[in-house]
Amino acid sequence: MSDSTAIAHGAAEAHHEHPPYQRHHFETYAQQNDATNFAMWLFLLTEIMFFGGLFTAYLIFRNWYYPAFVAASHQLDIFWGSLNTLLLITSSFTMAMGVWCAELRKKSGLVLCLILTFILGLGFLGVKTIEYREKWEKHHIPGLHYSVQSFVNPASDPEVHDKYPKDQPLAMDMARHTELYFFLYFAMTGMHALHMIIGIAILAFMIARAQAGAYTTGHVTFVENFGLYWHFVDIVWIFLFPLLYLISRH
Amino acid sequence: MSELQDGPEQHERHHHIVSPKIYLIILLSLLVGTALTVWASFIDLGPFNPIIALAIACTKAVLVVLFFMHVKYSSKLTKLTVGAGFFTFLVLIGMTLADYFTRAWGRW
Repeated sequence: MSDSTAIAHGAAEAHHEHPPYQRHHFETYAQQNDATNFAMWLFLLTEIMFFGGLFTAYLIFRNWYYPAFVAASHQLDIFWGSLNTLLLITSSFTMAMGVWCAELRKKSGLVLCLILTFILGLGFLGVKTIEYREKWEKHHIPGLHYSVQSFVNPASDPEVHDKYPKDQPLAMDMARHTELYFFLYFAMTGMHALHMIIGIAILAFMIARAQAGAYTTGHVTFVENFGLYWHFVDIVWIFLFPLLYLISRH
Repeated sequence: MSELQDGPEQHERHHHIVSPKIYLIILLSLLVGTALTVWASFIDLGPFNPIIALAIACTKAVLVVLFFMHVKYSSKLTKLTVGAGFFTFLVLIGMTLADYFTRAWGRW
């Protein structure tokens, strides 16, 4: 119903023509929802460009300093990477189920799904912490007393050397480029983790609001758009995992 | 008044609700994809290792975008926006990589 008709019928009636969560400048709730989804997608596209820059830098330097990148990526544990992929994909599923619950106005189901997503997200960050701590202990954090010991003398790092016995010692000028690998590793996974932390904070806010019944009134836009954000973060990890952990095994 | 009453139904007519069964199928496909990509990384396929890993990752991403992110059921505007966005992204990455990867060609 257009505004002009609403004015003709008087201001009091205008508020009875649409659900309270529909803004006056939208014709219908569907239009409002579509417009908001469109805006969310535009934001996500800027995010894709942002992460895309990091991915491009990674691919270029991997091509230039290939032996250093292969040796450095052997420092990552495929077990932790796979576990994190599992956690994140499952959290995407629970988030999608949360959107479904909100659409069908199932309040307790929505709260449960959001809490599960929250816990899985924290689990992901927990695993990341274990991995980061190992890098700290081995002096593999670029700029902070970075050590090339594991790469100029692989036998000095028995844990990794046993898994990759064919790894040859790198010459010093190549070994120092492993620092670049770890710089990109921390930039990419760190940016991804920052997105996870922001997402988890918003999830905590949403759990409180969902318990108060905020998203089960038919107004699902917020849950839906947060879902888009969460799935986007999942997609970034879907590419980070093979590129950082898997493709340099041989 | 009648508009208020058919508000939610009108919303549901425009707004496709994806069933949990589809979400479950996608979850299982993504888990199978993850298992496949880890398994493939243990086999020495030379230059095909990264190609297979990226092909599986792209397939997984497409599944997430189409079903978890509802693009398959979205308006044409959303489909066009997402399609144009990814296309532009691929052009930018593709052109940049084509430049850097070919700079040394013919120099040795």
